Amino acid sequence: MNSQWIAVIITSLACYALKFIGHAIPEIWLAHPRVQRITNLIPIVLLSSLVAMQAFTIKTKFFVDHRLAGIAVALIALKAKLPFPVVVVGAMATSAIVYRFKI
Amino acid sequence: MKRDSLSVGLAVGAAGVAFGAVAVADHFTVAQACFLSLVLFSGASQFSLVAVMSAGGSALSAIVTGTFLGGRNGLYGVRMAQILKLKGWKRALAAQITIDESTGVAIAQSELEDQKTAFWYTGFGVYVFWNLFTLLGALGAKAIGDTSAWGLDVASPAIFCAVLFPRLKERKMLIASILAFVWALSITELVPAGVPIISTVVIAALVGWK
Repeated sequence: MNSQWIAVIITSLACYALKFIGHAIPEIWLAHPRVQRITNLIPIVLLSSLVAMQAFTIKTKFFVDHRLAGIAVALIALKAKLPFPVVVVGAMATSAIVYRFKI
Repeated sequence: MKRDSLSVGLAVGAAGVAFGAVAVADHFTVAQACFLSLVLFSGASQFSLVAVMSAGGSALSAIVTGTFLGGRNGLYGVRMAQILKLKGWKRALAAQITIDESTGVAIAQSELEDQKTAFWYTGFGVYVFWNLFTLLGALGAKAIGDTSAWGLDVASPAIFCAVLFPRLKERKMLIASILAFVWALSITELVPAGVPIISTVVIAALVGWK
């Protein structure tokens, strides 16, 4: 078995184990109001930092490019309460246009 | 809401084309690309594994980076388990589709029943389309070429903006979100991939402490 297959299989199993452990943590550990507040905030901070990484870095380096235009359009569409598909397709189309014409 | 869940599934799933194409362009086989989408099923971990090895990294460094990026799914699992309250095989199944999108769309709902429905519809929607499009992307890697030219690189962050947006009316959520965003960008050049994201758990703890 080559090293690519080893990495593929081990990472896949490790990532599933992490997902499962999260679900299996006993509820009693999480009952405290402080723990509740923090676990409510965790998806918010993770997704927010993920947006930052996906939209404004290239290979961990800070980088502003066509993606900024896409995100800006998404935020404007959200503020205008436009339907979800419009938000995403609008962002993708804007980003692609800015990219193609190197505005 | 089910329609929103399925459109997330389709939009994110379509980005699977990018993964399939990138994996094959980086000298992974079609079978390896499909295995990752079927079993690992977490976009950021999949992309990082391929990127690390194609940049000459060892299998070990690819495993560590990929697993580290997958760590947040465990944290989503903690949150989703409180909402879903499952046992046995249903819990094992829910764990596999516990990802950014299914958790994000679920927590964007205000009613408990809607949160559960959103989780399953989004999770399975993304799973089916992500795998389908991974296969297409891997087979058609040469035909697609540059994924940026199709806006595929912005699909995922735009979706996360949309799932976060309704939650940011609450002041603490907004503060935590802005701090996490700024923090991640400030340290990204100083630390390994994955750390800027997972380390924001500290921000959640500080903001949620009182």
